[in-house]
Amino acid sequence: MVLSDNDKTNVKATWSKVGDHASDYVAEALERMFFSFPTTKTYFPHFDLGHGSGQVKAHGKKVGEALTQAVGHLDDLPSALSALSDLHAHKLRVDPVNFKLLSHCLLVTLSSHQPTEFTPEVHASLDKFLSNVSTVLTSKYR
Amino acid sequence: MVHFTAEEKSAVTSLWGKVNVEEAGGEALGRLLVVYPWTQRFFDSFGNLSSASAIMGNPKVKAHGKKVLTSFGDAVKNMDNLKGAFAKLSELHCDKLHVDPENFRLLGNVLVIILASHFGREFTPDMQAAWQKLVSGVANALSHKYH
Repeated sequence: MVLSDNDKTNVKATWSKVGDHASDYVAEALERMFFSFPTTKTYFPHFDLGHGSGQVKAHGKKVGEALTQAVGHLDDLPSALSALSDLHAHKLRVDPVNFKLLSHCLLVTLSSHQPTEFTPEVHASLDKFLSNVSTVLTSKYR
Repeated sequence: MVHFTAEEKSAVTSLWGKVNVEEAGGEALGRLLVVYPWTQRFFDSFGNLSSASAIMGNPKVKAHGKKVLTSFGDAVKNMDNLKGAFAKLSELHCDKLHVDPENFRLLGNVLVIILASHFGREFTPDMQAAWQKLVSGVANALSHKYH
């Protein structure tokens, strides 16, 4: 599903407003995901996944930085995310169903922090963007 | 069968008490049609769905959204027996409406997102988890009679 110019504008505007909170928001999304969808915890047996976990915060920073990269390269996600795509395919091997779960929790987090900006159009653009990122990250799985 | 703890039931019920069902229903259905445009396939008779603002302002969308979310209120009252509560509606959605159950999951998630936007910090991860269980339970209950 191709991002229109409007979609790109919406995604960039949202991420720009997120600003320095990217790590915190992604950490929150991860926490929401672990609590709402306990099966996702199976990928983190080595983490403390309780409320306020330092490891989850650190992981939120990592994922947040990758999303910031993605937002900066909306015209060429496959190339910008190529290394991460390899990592997920050959090392992490996270089942594709889980990307939808994290994407959903990212939307929940964004809508709870930016309710005014999170219009139906922006919601749609972000959903498409996260779906595209997920597709790229699973593109080399087989 | 999904089982809710006393805390989960209390969390869901207390939040539901603060929801404006008419408004939230219209918003949920509207956003479903905007974010997942293929869901418009069920609503050919609804008139103008040509843009996000047309959809969100469409009186038929609002009315139907209210109907759907009012029915969702039954779920909140029957958390211990969702399959029983939605048996008739399940038959209806299969035999007469021919709705793919995937749409129930999409709508459930849109509802969760709307609750997050209305309730902000109050919609904690624990609160979300209880609601995800509920929307998933409702989606399963509505699919239960499919054949």
